[in-house]
Amino acid sequence: MRASASSHTVIGPCGGKALVSGSGSNPFQHLEKSTVLQEARIFNETPINPRRCLHILTKILYLLNQGEHFGTTEATEAFFAMTRLFQSNDQTLRRMCYLTIKEMANISEDVIIVTSSLTKDMTGKEDVYRGPAIRALCRITDGTMLQAIERYMKQAIVDKVPSVSSSALVSSLHMMKISYDVVKRWINEAQEAATSDNIMVQYHALGLLYYLRKNDRLAVSKMLNKFTKCGLKSPFAYCMLIRIASRLLEEVDEGHDSPLFDFIESCLRNKHEMVIYEAASAIIHLPNCTARELAPAVSVLQLFCSSPKPALRYAAVRTLNKVAMKHPSAVTACNLDLENLITDSNRSIATLAITTLLKTGSESSVDRLMKQISSFVSEISDEFKVVVVQAISALCQKYPRKHSVLMTFLSNMLRDDGGFEYKRAIVDCIIGIIEENPESKESGLAHLCEFIEDCEHTVLATKILHLLGREGPRTPLPSKYIRFIFNRVVLENEAVRAAAVSALAKFGAQNESLLPSVLVLLQRCMMDSDDEVRDRATFYLNVLKERQVVLNANYIFNALTVSILGLEKALHHYTLEPSEKPFDMKTVPLATAPFFEQKPEIAPVASKQPEKIALTRQDIFQEQLATIPEFRNLGPLFKSSEPIQLTEAETEYFVLCIKHIFTDHIVFQFDCTNTLNDQLLERVTVQMEASDAYEVIQYVAAPSLSYNQPGMCYTLVRLPKDDPTAVSCTFNCTMKFVVRDCDPSTGLPDDDGYDDEYVLEDLEVTLGDHVQKVLKPSFAAAWEEIGDEFEKEETFALSSVKTLEEAVSNIIKFLGLQPCERSDKVAENKNSHTLYLAGVYRGGYDVLVRSRLALADGVTMQVTVRSKDETPVDVILASVG
Amino acid sequence: MSSAPRRCKSQARIGPVGPDSEPSLYTVKAVLILDNDGDRLFAKYYDDTYPSVKEQKAFEKNIFNKTHRTDSEIALLEGLTVVYKSSIDLYFYVIGSSYENELMLMAVLNCLFDSLSQMLRKNVEKRALLENMEGLFLAVDEIVDGGVILESDPQQVVHRVALRGDDVPLTEQTVSQVLQSAKEQIKWSLLR
Repeated sequence: MRASASSHTVIGPCGGKALVSGSGSNPFQHLEKSTVLQEARIFNETPINPRRCLHILTKILYLLNQGEHFGTTEATEAFFAMTRLFQSNDQTLRRMCYLTIKEMANISEDVIIVTSSLTKDMTGKEDVYRGPAIRALCRITDGTMLQAIERYMKQAIVDKVPSVSSSALVSSLHMMKISYDVVKRWINEAQEAATSDNIMVQYHALGLLYYLRKNDRLAVSKMLNKFTKCGLKSPFAYCMLIRIASRLLEEVDEGHDSPLFDFIESCLRNKHEMVIYEAASAIIHLPNCTARELAPAVSVLQLFCSSPKPALRYAAVRTLNKVAMKHPSAVTACNLDLENLITDSNRSIATLAITTLLKTGSESSVDRLMKQISSFVSEISDEFKVVVVQAISALCQKYPRKHSVLMTFLSNMLRDDGGFEYKRAIVDCIIGIIEENPESKESGLAHLCEFIEDCEHTVLATKILHLLGREGPRTPLPSKYIRFIFNRVVLENEAVRAAAVSALAKFGAQNESLLPSVLVLLQRCMMDSDDEVRDRATFYLNVLKERQVVLNANYIFNALTVSILGLEKALHHYTLEPSEKPFDMKTVPLATAPFFEQKPEIAPVASKQPEKIALTRQDIFQEQLATIPEFRNLGPLFKSSEPIQLTEAETEYFVLCIKHIFTDHIVFQFDCTNTLNDQLLERVTVQMEASDAYEVIQYVAAPSLSYNQPGMCYTLVRLPKDDPTAVSCTFNCTMKFVVRDCDPSTGLPDDDGYDDEYVLEDLEVTLGDHVQKVLKPSFAAAWEEIGDEFEKEETFALSSVKTLEEAVSNIIKFLGLQPCERSDKVAENKNSHTLYLAGVYRGGYDVLVRSRLALADGVTMQVTVRSKDETPVDVILASVG
Repeated sequence: MSSAPRRCKSQARIGPVGPDSEPSLYTVKAVLILDNDGDRLFAKYYDDTYPSVKEQKAFEKNIFNKTHRTDSEIALLEGLTVVYKSSIDLYFYVIGSSYENELMLMAVLNCLFDSLSQMLRKNVEKRALLENMEGLFLAVDEIVDGGVILESDPQQVVHRVALRGDDVPLTEQTVSQVLQSAKEQIKWSLLR
């Protein structure tokens, strides 16, 4: 609804002067900064006219509020003129001066000249002035001046007038950022204020006390204890207490039978809805809550679902939605209430209700709910659309048979307007469905093709083009994608054009019949205005012209497997020390295989950190090890294992081991922590005894380990040279060190130490440590490329395994190789399966394994291994056998 | 689809504030009052979620577009919880983190609205508000200080603002003004 912009004649507040305004009767509409500043000169007139001055101050504040920029000089001038107004005793005028001081504190110079006027007002008789004067004063006070007003602040905190006390407490809170040490001295006053009867004073005092003590867990816990017993009146203070209690519960991790949990639960029976909701929400956000502990919180939220207040319904259903992510069964009791909310006039509430139901409901209700969402999806904000997409993505995993309904829905959403986050969520979801359900691949790709025809987000367009390049050539009708891809080359920006060229090349490399047309198209791309696009086109065109499978596999669809940062470093190094030998790709550390991780379900808001290219873990280790002189000449780091625990969690010393594999050596890194506060350990090493031909060359000791300060020691082992197939070995480990007893209170150690040792658990090196996972997007091409020079094949019977799934997961785990072509997923009701695995063996040789499995009585496995070198083939077959 | 690229703020803006963040008294991120064209009448931002005037105005446009047609009190926008209320040609907004207790934000909104309603003698509309801007500035200053809820009781706020209500007694209004405002009231009640 629009108000008719009729013009009113308004009697302005300034002495009846008529202001005729043409637009929406806004007397401030066409204010000119310069005119207002001109008018501000009347501040200097005697006697002061409070009404006119007030009006001008209001105009100045209005301009500041509109975001008008004031230069330092003009602001300072107006500010100084304003200070004269302190001579007037008009209350409103004085209060407006305080506001002006606060607003101009950062723009004007020398604002501290009003300090004495404000100090006078804050300690004066007029209670109306005192609170606001304190707040204005603290706004212009810096660390050095704080001490001068400290005495007044202490008095104000315990003042019996609530507005004065509250103002002083809140200002103290702001001042902590400037001078924590000074404010800390006011803790006794704050303590006294906390016993006030006024609810806001209680709240502010509690808040300040918490901020002052938050680094001292014991003090916080005592304070909590005290306030939960004496019972506060303020609902705000209760909410604060609940937050403090739940934070403490998370930190101490002492289970949920503690008095803290009882306190939070008791707040579910508070008379203020705000407190009840805070308590329910706190319980739901606690980690490891059981269904029984959740039940009372869920039932108060259920009650809120039928509240007449939209905010309460929203809060309730939003919190229930969170519960449903982890404990769908706990929410089923609310299904009826949630059904009622589907038709809520607040679309946010309706969306949350439906997505919650999608999580808790059965497969049969999916169609109905989806229909209901589509009726209003265009009316809700992007944030909630993302919530809907996430719910759909979860549904697809739960009910794979529903993918066609969901896919149609997603493609409709993709056509609607929406921001980047929203579109990205949809695209990710569709890609997820394609990967899970092969039969939805073609319709999914078609939807994505349609989307990139009109897509403003470069990131999404390149992502989809990459996907098309990977999946398109293997569909029954690859030619239909070419048009969509080439359209991008004609119409889009450089990044998209380059991605399109790469995608085209992939079609050419894998489809003989399309090759001539692709070559023509690439030829055209060589005229592109961007050099990256031209370079790619030229490169691919020349590779494709050779018509060699091996070249295609190497340079077109199986991309680099090395770590990009590692490659950059190695190349840089090579240019610094040029040598006769050509640059060897095998010396570059491999990229750690993509880490497939279930994305945590994110609440409506994805609070992602901006993505940046971080150093991978391996790059960090490589750097760390390179600083130790003993390990300089070991060559590139091939692989670092996950940390392995060599002690129980609650023992005197805590030791973790990470295995770093090099071409001919292994470095064992031991991260040791001394958990005894009466001991200082020195010269710590871990002695290792190998069961096989492994030979310990050197120990690098940790010089000293003081209480709770982790330290590192290393053991260097040479791999057996004469028997390259000996990949597995067990080591007995003993930690040896010199103990110096310390005084636990002062931490000063005795002068004399004595030798001691501590037996650790055995450590194993297995086949998995010698290979690195590498994903080959096209396994068949890689298989052909390596050739059968060193191919070996053997058949095994796995009698203890009963299903194909079990066999597949065992093999993957044992060999430590990367499953390709999604062959780690076994189709239902099949009794044979082929698993493709790829990786790189220590020293840089590609290893490919094809494992055919047949299910009869137990599982029979035929393993074929290919590599460019004989050793890896032997090693793998030997360890399977 | 072919609309101009829209920057999505929800990503960078929220930062580390999550359910695990410290218990804090800093509850309110902003208080806004817009007119029925979505133009700013009053805006106070308490942290640097929207550091520049340009970003603030863009946020206000977005908020207004998403809320002015509906009467539903609460929404989640750009990763922030927004509670709102409208009265004739005014739109009141209180904004907090999406992890904030929604009812606390409502308490602030209700306090602001009720205080103004008393100060403007139930006449909460643009013209009356603009004639009492200083009252609005002072009231907001008493309700929220630097993002901390200072007072939530409208009686207290009105008392502390202590606007010289008597200075503009009813008798000073001309008869035509009273009639005018009565007409407006009727017009609006019919339109709603």
